[in-house]
Formats: sequence, C-alpha cells, structure tokens
Amino acid sequence: MILFKNIYDWYRALKGFRKGLATSIIVILSVSLAELIYQKSHNLRFISPIIILLVVSALIGLITKIILVRQFRSFLFIVPALAIFSIFYIYPFIKVLQLGHYNWDGILPTMKFVGLYNFIEVMKDKVWWQSMFNAGYITFIALTFQNALALILALACDRQMKAGNFYRIIFFIPPVLSAVVVGLVWQWLYDGDYGLLNHWLYAIGFPNLARSWLSDPKTALTCVAIVHSWKGFGWGFVILLAGLQTIPHEFYEAARVEGANSWQVFKGITVPLMIPVFVLVAILTVLGSMQSFVLILTMTDGGPVFHTVVPVTRILNSMIGSSRFGYACSQSIIFGAILLAISFIQKRVSQNMRQA
Amino acid sequence: MKNQKSKIKNQNHIPKFKKVFKFFNFSLSFWILIFGLWIFNSSGCAQRDDALAKKTITVWHWMTDRESAFQELAKRYEDETGIRINFELYAPSDVYSQKVRAAAQGRTLPDIYGLLGEKRDFAAFIKSGQVADLSEAMNEENGLWKECFFSKALEVVEFKENNTYAILPGIYGAPIDIMNIQMLYNKKLFKKARLDPERPPSNWEEFIDDIQKLKKVGVPGLVSGWGEIWMIDCFASNYAFNIMGEDKVIATLKGDLPYTDPEWIKVFSLFKELVDKDALASGIVIMKNKVAEQTFANERAAFAFNGSWCVNVYDGMNPRLEYAAFLPPKVNGKNPMYIWGGGSSFSFLVNDRSSKKLETIKFLKWLTDKDQQVYLSSETKNLPSNKFALAKIPKILAQFADDMDSTTNPGIWPVTESPAVIEALGKGIQSILIKEKTPESLAQELQAIKEKESQESF
Repeated sequence: MILFKNIYDWYRALKGFRKGLATSIIVILSVSLAELIYQKSHNLRFISPIIILLVVSALIGLITKIILVRQFRSFLFIVPALAIFSIFYIYPFIKVLQLGHYNWDGILPTMKFVGLYNFIEVMKDKVWWQSMFNAGYITFIALTFQNALALILALACDRQMKAGNFYRIIFFIPPVLSAVVVGLVWQWLYDGDYGLLNHWLYAIGFPNLARSWLSDPKTALTCVAIVHSWKGFGWGFVILLAGLQTIPHEFYEAARVEGANSWQVFKGITVPLMIPVFVLVAILTVLGSMQSFVLILTMTDGGPVFHTVVPVTRILNSMIGSSRFGYACSQSIIFGAILLAISFIQKRVSQNMRQA
Repeated sequence: MKNQKSKIKNQNHIPKFKKVFKFFNFSLSFWILIFGLWIFNSSGCAQRDDALAKKTITVWHWMTDRESAFQELAKRYEDETGIRINFELYAPSDVYSQKVRAAAQGRTLPDIYGLLGEKRDFAAFIKSGQVADLSEAMNEENGLWKECFFSKALEVVEFKENNTYAILPGIYGAPIDIMNIQMLYNKKLFKKARLDPERPPSNWEEFIDDIQKLKKVGVPGLVSGWGEIWMIDCFASNYAFNIMGEDKVIATLKGDLPYTDPEWIKVFSLFKELVDKDALASGIVIMKNKVAEQTFANERAAFAFNGSWCVNVYDGMNPRLEYAAFLPPKVNGKNPMYIWGGGSSFSFLVNDRSSKKLETIKFLKWLTDKDQQVYLSSETKNLPSNKFALAKIPKILAQFADDMDSTTNPGIWPVTESPAVIEALGKGIQSILIKEKTPESLAQELQAIKEKESQESF
C-alpha cells in the first residue's frame, strides 16, 4: 500500500496493467494462430513461416484496428514486431518446452505424453553428465589459458610497439577461420603416425612422449581444449585491448611519478579498472565454450568413446542419431537452464566485484 | 493556462498521429495484398507457373559423387519427354538427413527423395503418409520392373506380411544402386612383405599372421572408419553371424539370447586381439571413414574394411592403387560369413502426397532401366541395382558383386536393435580398443541396457 500514495499511482498502475494485458493477449494470439496455421498447413504444400507471419500480422493488425483502436492506439505500432518475436522466439521456445514432455520420433504426427520422464532420464544419464564435465573442463581451460594468453597479448599490443596493427590482425586470424578447417589442420598436427607434433618430439629427443594425441583418452580432451582456446583467444584479445585503451594514461604517469614498478601499476591500476571487461570476457568465454561443438565434431566426433563428448553433440545425437526428439528437447531445456544459472551467478559476482 | 497548453499540445499531436496511422494502414493493406496474391497464386489461377510446375519433378539427394551423372540423365529425360527433372543436392549426409526430417514435419517433401536412416525411420515416414507404395507399378506387365532389380536390393525397401513395424505389405522405394562392405588389401604392400599379392588371407589366423609380417616391414595393418559407430557395428555383425550363426544373432535382437553368451564374448574378443596384436592403424578409434579411405589410398595401411563405394573414392584419391576385395576372413569355418550392407545403398522414395505421382513413377522406371543404370554405374563406379546392367562394370566392382549372395542388412531382419543398445555396442567396442573395457564387461553392460530397454518398451 505504501507504493500507492495517491489515486494517480493507482491510475498509473492500472494503465500499466492494461498495457501488459494487451501485450500478453497479442503474444498469446500470435502464438496460438501460428500453431493453428501450422497444424492446418499440413494439407497446404507451399505454406512457409513467412506466409504464416504475414497472415498473423495482418489478422492481428486488423483485429486490433477494429476492436481496440480507440483504447490501444499505440499497440498498433508494436504488433508486427511483437508478432515476429512471438512466432520466431516465443513459439519455438514453448514448442521445445512442450516436446520435452513427449516421446516423439520427429516424423510421425502422433506423440506420446510421458510427463517428466525424459527429464528424469537425462538426470540419470551418465554420458550426459560426462558431457557436462567435458564442457566444464574445456571452459576452465578457456577461462584460464585462453584468457591469460589474450590478456598478455593485449597488454603487449597496448604499448607503443612496432608493427602493432600487424600483430592485432595476426592475433585475430584464428577466430575468423572456419572451425572445420581449424579442426582438420589440428587433427593432422596431432596425428599419431604423420603428425607434426610427434615429428618434433622425435626431433628433440622425446620419442617416448609421442602418441596418437586425439585417440588417447588421457590427452584427447586437453588437446581439443587447447585448439578451442587457440581459436577463441582472438575475441578476448580484441575486447581486452579495447578495454585497456580506455584507461587514461595520466593514471600510469602518476603511478610512475610515485615510483610504482610495472607489477604495482598492473595490480593497482590496470586490474581494478579492467574488472567490468574481465567479467564481460569471462561471460562470453563461458557461454561460447559450453556451447562449442563444431571443432569437436570435426576432430573427434566426441570420441574416443565419450571422452570429448559435449552437451550439444549429445543433443544432436539424440535428435538425429537416435530419433528421440522429445528426449533431445528435454536435454536442451536442462542445458539452457544450466547456462542461465551460470550467467546469473556471473552477473551476481560481477555486481559484487564492482561494488567492492 | 495549464489546460490550454495541454490542449495545444494535443492538437499538435493529432496530425502527426494521423500521418503515422495512415502509414500503418498503408502497410497493413500492402501485407493483405501480398497475402491475397499468394492465395490467388496457390489457388491455381496463375496458370503459366502451374503448367511449368506440372512438368517439373523435384528430386532431393545427398550424393555429391553422383550429382553430375544425375544432371546429365535429367537432360536426357527432358529431351525425351519434355518433363524437367530438378535434382537438388544437399550435402553432407547429416545435413541432408536433418533437411528431410524437417520437410517431413512440415509436409514439404519433394516428389522424389532419398532417406538416410534405419528401417524404423523408414517405417515412420510411411506411417506419416509420405512414401508411396510402388507394388502396383512394380508388378505391372508381369512384374517387369520388379524383376530387373537384385532381390537383395528390393528386400531393403520392402515390408512383408506381419512385419514388426505394422506397415502394410508392399515395396516402398526404387533402388538406384547397391553396395556391400568387404575387406580390401593393397597388393603392392603385400609384395613388400613378401606375401602372395593374389592370395588374401582365407581365415582369421592367416589374417593376423599376414598383419604381423606386414608390420615387420613397417606397414600398419587394418584401417577403417571406426570413429563412426555404424562401421564398428557392421564389422561386429559380420563376425557375430560367422561365429554364432544367423539364428542366434536374431535371437539376441529379439531378447531371447543374452549378450553375455560366450559366443558374443568371442565376437568382442576379436577386437581385443586386434589391439593386443597391434593390428590396427593408429587413431582408428576416432577415425572417420573419409580419413580411413585417405589412409588406405595413400598406402599407409595394408588392409581396409570399406564399402563398394570406395572404388570411386580410391580412384579419385590414387588412380594407381593396386588393390582387391575379399570376404572378411572367417573365424568359424562352419558358418557362412554374412557381410553387412547387402542391399541398396541408395533408394529413391516417391512422395505419396505428390500431385505428379504417376509421372514420378514413370521417371523412376526410366532411371532404373538398363541403359541409365549402365551410365550411372560407369560414371560413379557404384554397383547398379539393375542386375542386367552388370556387364560393363570394372573388375574390382565385379568382386563386390560376386559376393552379393553373402550379404545381409538390418533392413531385412525381422527385428532391429534399439538405438541405445547399438550406441552402447559401438562405444563399448571403442572402449575395448582403448583398453578401458574387457569383452566380458562390455557384454554385461550391453545386456543390462538391453533388459532396461525391453522393460521400458513394455
């Protein structure tokens, strides 16, 4: 009650509620119409999502114009955007949530409702949790090794060095390269018989270390994580370099005048001022690494056995390999929830760090 | 004063709002017009486009190596009949598989398409009403069309009475070519190891002995795409049929014989023996078949386990490769060596919803006719599905064709194994290859999964 001090507050609240209600009605109408048209469209050969979108936009626009024009004029203008958002984002999301509760092979029109069975199965699936562990390991390597490399190179390029722009381009080449090409090239480097890595090991007198790096369960995951880090450090490098360049040089000059050495300058000026950038890079690294799969598909396809399998390859396998669409959707929902939780934790940590 | 100001403000807003409102009305009308045009178009009023569409048959496939031959055949068919054949290539195969499934869900499959997957996927497509039964067309003129195919090829696209998938009996596809998977050996490397290049190993012991001799001259033994579990499954199935016989393998699939049976353990022990005797090429456990093909073509392994499609692949990679095919060496001399994949590697299915079904079937009859099959076979170096087109195939392909009678295919078995068990079998054998599991522990694990799957299916 304290929130509503006078009648005007009540009026504003009611107006906000009306707007929210109208938005919800438009979203529900769009999604329902999209589903209805999708169900009915099975007999129409050339129906496409674009046509569905047009029909939904036109119908909703028309209904809104006729019925609600006097009260909700402003809503007329957001109808197309809201319809697009509803059909291409909210509708698929609801569909995945729905399919997660069904047993469906992805082809037959009939689906069997299984409730939470798929989710319970995912929880009990040891391979799924191994894939989560593998993704976590790759993320850990990326957070430490990849970002440390990115920071060192960004610090080097931030100084007035010769051919700085050349190095910036060179460091940004790996992220631009196709993951498939990178995977195939590194696969050759790691090859047990003809690989460059083993060739060097023989050349420098360590033949006992030579092995088939990607098919050895002890080294496969680390090898994949190294390639992932090599391919990804360029993004961190660019963001960190941009962050470093926003720090005023006067701070460094003042610190030098006070007699601070390089480490003290880094610890006392660079790190505190770069915390928001570190957090951003960390969030991007975690989300990127957890969802990485192209490199893995190219290099090991999740093998040997399940030693390099990651959640996305498991979802793909459930959907395409085993024709278990419902199960794949429940895996996706759980994986999405885990990523969401990680993002919230990181956001919270970053807020605390900023306050500190 | 305040009221006056707000009135003026509102008056200023009205014309602006009207303009925006007019713009909105205009855009809304535009979309409605577009929608109307679409309805007009799809209702058959646009006769010119419709007439063109009636003369075009769309075909989806994933095989890059057959694309140019298909395009040439499409030209020939258009010249003969005036009907345009639009071959659409979607590669690689996993992308194609996704596209076909998505199109099946949206009911937008083309007139003709190929299907990648197991028999249960095939059955699902039929149940969803998107595969036409070609039995009637096959049996016309005393079964003229049906008789031209290898019986093994037809079995893969056929559903018989009382099948486990509850599909009405019939023939639901037209095989375009056939394949089987066998062992291959490099004659040049055999000579290097002082082995007779015209005499491949005839049993398992000889096979292991030959590999030891090859290793002494620095030649790795067997290479295959065992990073792909279907290739492992295929090799294991061959030896399961050889060691235990067909009845016991089918009994296992039905759940009547456990995977812990000593003969299954003997099958898994073969993989352990290959590892213990260092008979496999390095990295085989994660090797995709394409890489395995490169390895064999570049003479970096003496033996390969590969399908008949390899003839075209090896020819492209190393035209001077001297090799020959032979049946996988037997472990048990009493049972025959059934080889996996004896059927159509590729069949075309007719969309039951197609408005051009009759024209489509006519085109398929033409495509599987002798002349077209000879052309396809010579261009793509694959085994033709038409048995009358075998006369002009290369010697190495003839070796594959000779053993067609020894082939089998999960598509013709009365039951198929569940995906969970198939995955556990393939991954379990990979575990044996990297020494994480023993044949006994794999057998127990497989049986546990099999029992769980059986309980859930009830």
